[in-house]
This record gives sequence, structure tokens and C-alpha cells, in this order.
Amino acid sequence: MIDVIINVTLLAFLAITAVAIIRMSNLFAIIMLFSMFSFLSAGVFIVMDAIDVAFTEAAVGTGVSTVLMLATLALTKDQKEKQPVAHRPWLPLTVVIVTGSALVYGTLDIPPFGDPDAPAQTHVAPEYLERSIPETGVQNVVTSVLASYRGFDTLGEVTVVFTAGIAVMLLIGGRRRKEELEQPQGDPDDA
Amino acid sequence: MSMEAHPMLLAATAAILVTLLLALVRALRGPTHYDRIAAINMFGTKTVLLIAVVAFISGRMDLLDIALVYALINFIGVIAVLRLVAHGEFHSTGSEDIEPGEADRG
Repeated sequence: MIDVIINVTLLAFLAITAVAIIRMSNLFAIIMLFSMFSFLSAGVFIVMDAIDVAFTEAAVGTGVSTVLMLATLALTKDQKEKQPVAHRPWLPLTVVIVTGSALVYGTLDIPPFGDPDAPAQTHVAPEYLERSIPETGVQNVVTSVLASYRGFDTLGEVTVVFTAGIAVMLLIGGRRRKEELEQPQGDPDDA
Repeated sequence: MSMEAHPMLLAATAAILVTLLLALVRALRGPTHYDRIAAINMFGTKTVLLIAVVAFISGRMDLLDIALVYALINFIGVIAVLRLVAHGEFHSTGSEDIEPGEADRG
């Protein structure tokens, strides 16, 4: 009961934050609200017992991406440009409502949350639960799947994230001085 | 999650949710940057408390570790935000020699 109340309240806060992010034009406030959005969704993940997802959301959503967006904001203007509305809202609104209705219709025959007979619980999960500790010796089953059974997949993901990190550091990193701003040039002791 | 929770825990949950709402309102309205920063900081703190209360309600004490991580992330995030507001940018223009990479690590 209490978890339902917490979930509903957090989801309502999420909706309020999302609408506010869309309607605001002060980018600093929007970044603050993004951080808040991440905290809220991490809270929802925790109430739904997805602790590892909540860990990731907190570290990436609230921590790194807030700092990266603030660093980007420091290099750009802090006001969104006002653009004249060039289209009618009715066609996009209809498309969104129809798509949303189709998605909600699709959720109707999804098994209930935490159902032990759901296909996700009966396909390979029992195999992993039975075999992972004798085969890998890792106490946490999620970790054994990520780091042992799908080790190469995780290595590829880490490579992608690492490359993206280097690209971001090259784009927003490096020291800029007044004279360099007038004559843009790469700082030799960058990178 | 167990159905019967201690009434005090329920009262604490309600109080935290109301405080979250107040912080949310301040972040939405807050005319200055500092209102919003204070709201975000308080929001993070209340999230930590909410996770701790949920841990006691559900009896999953491992959630307390997550709450600690959140407290750390919240602290780092607020430091980064204050740095931006104080300096106007992450890059040091003068003698202070800190690069944005170090700001990422807090």
C-alpha cells in the first residue's frame, strides 16, 4: 500500500518536472530540473526494487550528465532562443495521442509487476540463478551475467562509452583564455 | 514490500513527500539561481531520507548503501553547480589551474 502511494507521488512529481522542463526557457533552471528528474526516477527504480538501475541513474543522470550539461552551458548562452511557432499543433498532437493509446493498449496484457510466471522470469532466468554461482563463483547474479557470461558485450559497451567520453572531453574540455577566444586555436597541452 | 509498516515510518514517508513537493515548487518558481540550487540540494537530501525510510519499511537494508551513494552524488553535483555560478564557467581564466575534467570528478 505504502509503496503504491510513494510510486504515485513520485510519478506525479516526474510529470510536473517534465512539463516544467518543456515550458521553461531558462537553461540553468532546466538543468536543475533535469537533475531533479533523475533523482525522482532513481527513487521510482528503488521502490520497484531495481537497485542496479537506480545506481546507474543516480551516477549518470544526476552526477555526470548534470556536470556535463553545466559545462556546456558555461560555454554557451543561458537563454533558449525564442522561435516562432511554425506549425499547427493538431497533427503532432493527434499522432502522439494515437501512438500513446496504442502503447497503453499494448501494456494491457503484460503480466503484473513481479509475476513469477511472467515469460521474463521463466525463460533463462532460472538457468542463470542455478548455474551462475557454481560456474562463475560471483555472488551477485546480475554481475555474473554482465561481467562473465556477457563479458565481451560489456567490453564493447565500455569501449563505446570511453570513446564518447573522449569525444566530449575534446569538445568541451581544454582551457580557453581571452586571447584564444579571439583567435580560436587548439591548446597544444590539451587532451 | 511488507504491508504492515510502523506508523512512525508512514508519518516520516508522508512528511518527506510533502517536503519534496515544497522543494519542487521552489525549484519551479525560484526567481534566483540560489533558490533553485537550495531546492535541488534539499531535494537530493530528501531523496536520501526517502530511500532510507523505504529501506526500513521494506526491510531491505542494502538500500542504505544506495542512500550513501546518493548523498555523495548530491554533494558533488551541488559543488559543480556552485562552481559554475561563482566563476561563470568551469574553466579558470586566471592563475587557478583546474580543468573541467577535475570538475567532473568533483
